[in-house]
Amino acid sequence: MRIALEARREASRAAILLAPLLATLATLVAGFVVFEALGKDPVAAFHAFFIRPLATRYGVGELLLKASPLMLIATGLAVGYRANVWNIGAEGQLTLGAIAGGGLALAAGDAQVPSALLLPAMIVAGALCGMAWAAIPAWLRTRFNANEILTSLMLVYVANLFLSWLIHGPWRDPDGYNFPQSKLFTDAALLPNLVSGTRLNAGLLIALAVVAIEWLFIRRSVWGFEMRVAGLAPAAAAYAGISSKRNVWLGMLAGGACAGIAGVNEAAGPIGQLLPTMSPGYGFAAIIVAFVGRLHPVGIVFASLLMSLLYLGGESAQVNLALPSAVTGLFQGTLLFFLLAADVLVNYRLRAVRARPAAR
Amino acid sequence: MSAAAIPPEVRMRPRLALRGITKAYPGVVANDRIDLDVLPGEIHAVLGENGAGKSTLMKIIYGVVKPDAGTMQWEGQAVRIASPAQARRLGLGMVFQHFSLFETLTVAENIALALDAAEAGSGLPAKIRDVSRRYGLTLDPARLVHAMSVGERQRVEIVRCLLQAPRVLIMDEPTSVLTPQAVLRLFDTLRRLADEGCSILYISHKLDEIRALCHRATVLRAGRVTGECDPRRETAAALARMMIGAELPHPRHRPPVAGAPALVVDGLDLRPDDPFGTTLRSVSLTLRAGEIVGIAGVSGNGQRELLAALSGERRVARRNAVVLCGTAAGRLGAAQRRSLGLAFVPEERLGRGAVPEMSLADNALLTARHRGLVSHGLIRADAARSRAAEIIASWNVKTAGPEAAARSLSGGNLQKFIVGREILQGPRVLIAAQPTWGVDVGASAQIRQALIDLRDAGVAVLVVSEELEELIETCDRLAVIAQGRLSPARPVAETNAEEIGLLMAGSAATPERTAAARRP
Ligand SMILES: Nc1ncnc2c1ncn2[C@@H]1O[C@H](COP(=O)(O)OP(=O)(O)OP(=O)(O)O)[C@@H](O)[C@H]1O
Ligand SMILES: [Mg+2]
Repeated sequence: MRIALEARREASRAAILLAPLLATLATLVAGFVVFEALGKDPVAAFHAFFIRPLATRYGVGELLLKASPLMLIATGLAVGYRANVWNIGAEGQLTLGAIAGGGLALAAGDAQVPSALLLPAMIVAGALCGMAWAAIPAWLRTRFNANEILTSLMLVYVANLFLSWLIHGPWRDPDGYNFPQSKLFTDAALLPNLVSGTRLNAGLLIALAVVAIEWLFIRRSVWGFEMRVAGLAPAAAAYAGISSKRNVWLGMLAGGACAGIAGVNEAAGPIGQLLPTMSPGYGFAAIIVAFVGRLHPVGIVFASLLMSLLYLGGESAQVNLALPSAVTGLFQGTLLFFLLAADVLVNYRLRAVRARPAAR
Repeated sequence: MSAAAIPPEVRMRPRLALRGITKAYPGVVANDRIDLDVLPGEIHAVLGENGAGKSTLMKIIYGVVKPDAGTMQWEGQAVRIASPAQARRLGLGMVFQHFSLFETLTVAENIALALDAAEAGSGLPAKIRDVSRRYGLTLDPARLVHAMSVGERQRVEIVRCLLQAPRVLIMDEPTSVLTPQAVLRLFDTLRRLADEGCSILYISHKLDEIRALCHRATVLRAGRVTGECDPRRETAAALARMMIGAELPHPRHRPPVAGAPALVVDGLDLRPDDPFGTTLRSVSLTLRAGEIVGIAGVSGNGQRELLAALSGERRVARRNAVVLCGTAAGRLGAAQRRSLGLAFVPEERLGRGAVPEMSLADNALLTARHRGLVSHGLIRADAARSRAAEIIASWNVKTAGPEAAARSLSGGNLQKFIVGREILQGPRVLIAAQPTWGVDVGASAQIRQALIDLRDAGVAVLVVSEELEELIETCDRLAVIAQGRLSPARPVAETNAEEIGLLMAGSAATPERTAAARRP
């Protein structure tokens, strides 16, 4: 006897929406098993992981703070993913955005540039540099048909090494006791705080605005329509004369711009300077967020909150239970794994197949 | 079903008996309390207009769709068929109207997927060649499906079923894309199968075929059984009347008033994108405003490549090889050619002519993105919806409305929608591939009439089809494509079906031979 996958007659809408919830639930169960295996009391662990981070106003602020870049990047990536343009390199585009925005902040230095001028300039510079970094795989794909998954991913490492070189070399803070870090940004180069008593800043508003724009883009614009067609039925897109090159460019540039802005927001937000590592893997986690959110703007908002909670819970578990930091990555990976599995079950069902007598 | 209607010689236990089968979709009852008996060894036609519920009924029998109510008996035993796998185990085989092949796999791999592990072993390619030769369905097991035309894909589906030696074979519009000669061969096959005791459920809109082939016919209208007859004793007109409840309109034909050349193809040479495609060799054609030119030929002789080169899905290096409305268009893309006045009905309707998952309103937008449905880069959703509603109303498309997904439409209804959409663009040149494939007699007549009306309004119309009768009925001039070469177009009056049929058939076996020769 063996287990076989069998196509369902019709994939139900409810199942499509339930799959992310089911995956979340399964992740929790898996977490339970892991905590047990590590000899931790699962109830205490769950409390540390999911309740304690949200128990304070500061904690809720942190949740939203970490959700902002995830939301922003995932929204940008979803533009391309919907048309089968697979930008995997948001982490590198984020780094380039941070370099551009941060470079501007450092250049402004103590020159008393008003915040109303400096911050928008940093954001625009970050977006442009993120786009420029994403333009490389886009060009390679449209010109040489090079797989953008590979090229965009490889460019992540190039970007991170470039940042590392800057911080260890020309941009190192001369008064920083040789630590690899830049000077601190001046107040004019920092995003305004939203809620006192938290670190939550205006980055959240930018992310929400981008989500709204994206929603308009897919629902109302022809380009968004064309990208949906290209994702659903490539032959129909070719038949209708939809430019696949434009879709690649749009998809890559949207992802690059959003990741670049997220990089500026990190530098000008919670970090306040440039460090060799600007993100705890937001660019990669956003890929999961995009899929858990079903590439839908509203879904992405919820998924980014969930992913943010996993980050916070991981930190809290490290502090309170002395669990290794890998637990965050473990939860993220488990979530994606169960989501993909649940997706298979939306379209197929498992069936036990008995070894049957020889064929007719 | 009344016992009196069954001739005594076939009054035996039905192999398959349906009672009270009902299936409702949002907005339509596709099957309404249907009773049907299929006797051993009979060829049983299921007749009905587009959207009457034929495919739905077949999918229920084959376990693809679950009925809301009703029972099924197999050899006198009550059964519930929960999946195609179970249906196959019982001895049912089905050739779908919309094919279920994986494009990235070869013919043999696709067939292996449907078989038991034991049968799908290394001997499979030989078995495939054997069956396809025996039944005259030429097929190369090593070929990739994505490069095959609709007609060739259908052969794969048929051979796949025959390999399983089914006891009831369901054929949903199997002949819509076969040549007359291939249809005759298929009929021989089916008759042989029936003589061996296999029952055949046969759906077709071609009434002459049904009269020639089938022993019994059940007529569906709007999901109900409305009649039963012996098609051998009825005329085609009588069958049509049973189906649509009215007389068939006859196309009006005025003498053509051909004007200036609208589409000129000049010495077009084109290597195919894929190794199994057909190379076009100095194809030349002049299509004038106000005439209908037909291109006849067995599928796989270069139609696919020629159509892609004309539509702009494939660009041509030499600018002047394709001249559209006076503009050298060889290097223009599909969207640019459309803005020059081209409209195109492709042969695959799901996935190319329409996006299956999208609504009809969105599909109306698909090729009309620059015609009033978009302003400042934003979609005018209301305009798209009313455009879809307009097509639905004027072409009598059976659907729940503009918000229905394209894949929920029956085959013929989707075809009407696509034809309607393209005609509504107000084209100067219309290219239609297999325009009436799978469309019922009433709607076929409507589509042919629409093509003729377009011609009379001064539009240049090019029809690529394997249906000779259709071409002869609608076209002013006819050319034949064979092995990538196009014969000069001749006035229809100066040629005849036999001559063209022979030209087409003469080339039928050759592409396969060359493909086989090319393999190492
Ligand atoms: N999945 C679905 N969702 C909604 N409606 C459906 C679905 N499948 C079929 N229908 C509707 O059921 C009706 C019957 O469809 P069916 O495909 O059985 O027609 P048919 O007789 O095979 O027509 P044709 O000759 O055009 O192939 C149609 O009105 C169709 O729109
Ligand atoms: Mg049908």
